[in-house]
Amino acid sequence: MSDTPEQLYNFALIDEDSKREVRRQLLKAIALPGHQIPFASRDLPIARGWGTGGLQITMAIITGDDILKVIDQGDDESVNAVNLRRLLQRTTGIQTTVNTKAATIIQTRHRIPEEMMTRDQILVLQVPMVDPLRWVEPNLERATVMHGESDYGRMWVYMYESVVKAGDLRIATQYPVIVDGRYMMDTTPIPRWDIPKLHMAETLFLFGAGREKRIYAVPPYTTVEPLQFEDYRFKTEYIPGQKCQRCGAEDTFLTSHFVVDTQHANGGHWVSSCSDSSYCDKRIDANLTIQEANS
Amino acid sequence: MGYIAARGGTTAILNAEQLVEYMRLQGGSTPLSLTQIRDQLRHAVGRAMNEGALYAPLLAALAVKQAEGDSIEASFLLRAYRSTLSRIMPTLPSSGNDIRCLRRISASFKDIPGGQMLGPSQDYQIRLLNTLLINETAADIERVLTQYDQLVASGTTADMSTGHFPKVVDYMRSQEMIKPPVDTIEHEPFDITRTALTFPCSRSARLQSLAQSDTGCLLTYAYSSVRGYGDAHPTLAELRYGVMPVAVAHPLTGEAITIGEIDVTECETVSKAHSVAGSDDKPRFNLGYGFTFGHGEVKAISMAILDSVLTQAKAHGLSGESGPAANEEFVLLHSDGIEASGFTAHYKLPHYVTFEADLKVLDRSKSHKSQQAISRIEQINARTKEVLS
Repeated sequence: MSDTPEQLYNFALIDEDSKREVRRQLLKAIALPGHQIPFASRDLPIARGWGTGGLQITMAIITGDDILKVIDQGDDESVNAVNLRRLLQRTTGIQTTVNTKAATIIQTRHRIPEEMMTRDQILVLQVPMVDPLRWVEPNLERATVMHGESDYGRMWVYMYESVVKAGDLRIATQYPVIVDGRYMMDTTPIPRWDIPKLHMAETLFLFGAGREKRIYAVPPYTTVEPLQFEDYRFKTEYIPGQKCQRCGAEDTFLTSHFVVDTQHANGGHWVSSCSDSSYCDKRIDANLTIQEANS
Repeated sequence: MGYIAARGGTTAILNAEQLVEYMRLQGGSTPLSLTQIRDQLRHAVGRAMNEGALYAPLLAALAVKQAEGDSIEASFLLRAYRSTLSRIMPTLPSSGNDIRCLRRISASFKDIPGGQMLGPSQDYQIRLLNTLLINETAADIERVLTQYDQLVASGTTADMSTGHFPKVVDYMRSQEMIKPPVDTIEHEPFDITRTALTFPCSRSARLQSLAQSDTGCLLTYAYSSVRGYGDAHPTLAELRYGVMPVAVAHPLTGEAITIGEIDVTECETVSKAHSVAGSDDKPRFNLGYGFTFGHGEVKAISMAILDSVLTQAKAHGLSGESGPAANEEFVLLHSDGIEASGFTAHYKLPHYVTFEADLKVLDRSKSHKSQQAISRIEQINARTKEVLS
């Protein structure tokens, strides 16, 4: 893989007119926080449903000076992240990083990085489903009217029924939120742990759905409130006492994976560690440095 | 650290690419040339072009080759390539009247103005495997081409109007059998490649969307509607396959300039359902329109049936408002093979963050259930004590 961009294609692949359309819709989306803006959505050499919405936003806003980070499940080395980064790198020749703090644009699927992002950074989220009302109203025409009239009663009923039937607000990821006190918004399949990071953040969040052909945004310093009842509050996946078994972090989203160990009776054992792999590595490096300094 | 599923990607991805190349070439046979694919796998190339929504026969042949014959993958490659091209200018509207027909048939009348022309069709062939093709040689090809030339020379095909026919639906319109095509006047057609499809959608958006839909999908929806989950009752007014000139307006003079010809299939159906648009009009048949790049008769017919069914459903006509094929959103949003296959296949991607979150909900639900069970048992115990005491 060479570092020079492919000569056959335009910078960041799609043509300039198409990029301009995406940017125009982004401006609308930012002006109407949480509102879904239709865009034409080009076909990309990446399959629909694999991040083409986020990719088109990144392609439309990226410049030669940007430093890009791409993650999937919080992980820079997940195959799809590698693949998307490779496409962007090949068609732009820009610099990439795994360091959340060093990136100017971060494209992500299913996670918001653990480290607090700043006003100089943009987080681009890949979106599969777009409309939070899809749970209760699959018909787009009717759902559009419901959004227009802030008619979210059926969604509240759905949440209420899930508390009564399952003892919990049953939506795990894609948790619905109200943005800026107006629009109900799908948060993409990020875990609930990440929802509070959207609220009154310094960072611009851009959401792109390629197959569903919609863009939406949460601008900096915008309220983002998860749906909850007065007597039944929104809860994250956090369990007191949880701990990453790699870096020891007690305040991150953990995923579990199986470690093969032939000595072990079951041929191995389950380990919980940070899903944000670069943050986890960073903490391990920092701990090592401290240990070295102390020794 | 141990193994983490689907991680550590770069080397694996590069190896996977190499393995795909190996699988394509493992037999060590002679490479397929693009002209061979274009000429001899005509339908595969046509399908890649119409579902890929890009008319480019040699590039389509390349896509078919690269995709190892997978029709959705081939059209996906073409559609992705289309995104890299700037749009220079739109063509002028073309009419099916201008098609130089290699084939045109009608099922509505025994005789039609201009006559029926069977043309290249497998419809009446007995579908036996042709063992003569196993060892086909260059000499065989030469012989078939010579025979064709002789056939053409012996026919009455000298005059220039050959292949041009009046359209059956124009005759039907003149006889007031079908409605004139003015449901809503659209001065510029909707363009789904430039504007996202929203609902309700215009007919041009519908037709454009259907034109790039997966053939198998349209076939299924259309079939469901004629078989019983719907009320389509179509009759084939005319089916044409041929060559259609494409023109653009000269940027300075505005004069129409023909820039080339494309292979196309066009189909028009009329439906038995009377009184399309409710009470104000005289009862007429309803028209359905289908069009594809290349020679794609099944798709063109399916598209025409669906167009007609959807028009009737929207107009709340006497029939056609039943069945899944009459739901415009349902049909249009699920029939694009590239979108449908992409999303269906995305479940191969890792989902362990979402799954972890799902597990937590499952755990809470389990403990809620057991809590409920415990309190129910406690209630029963208390009640039992009460009764016994």
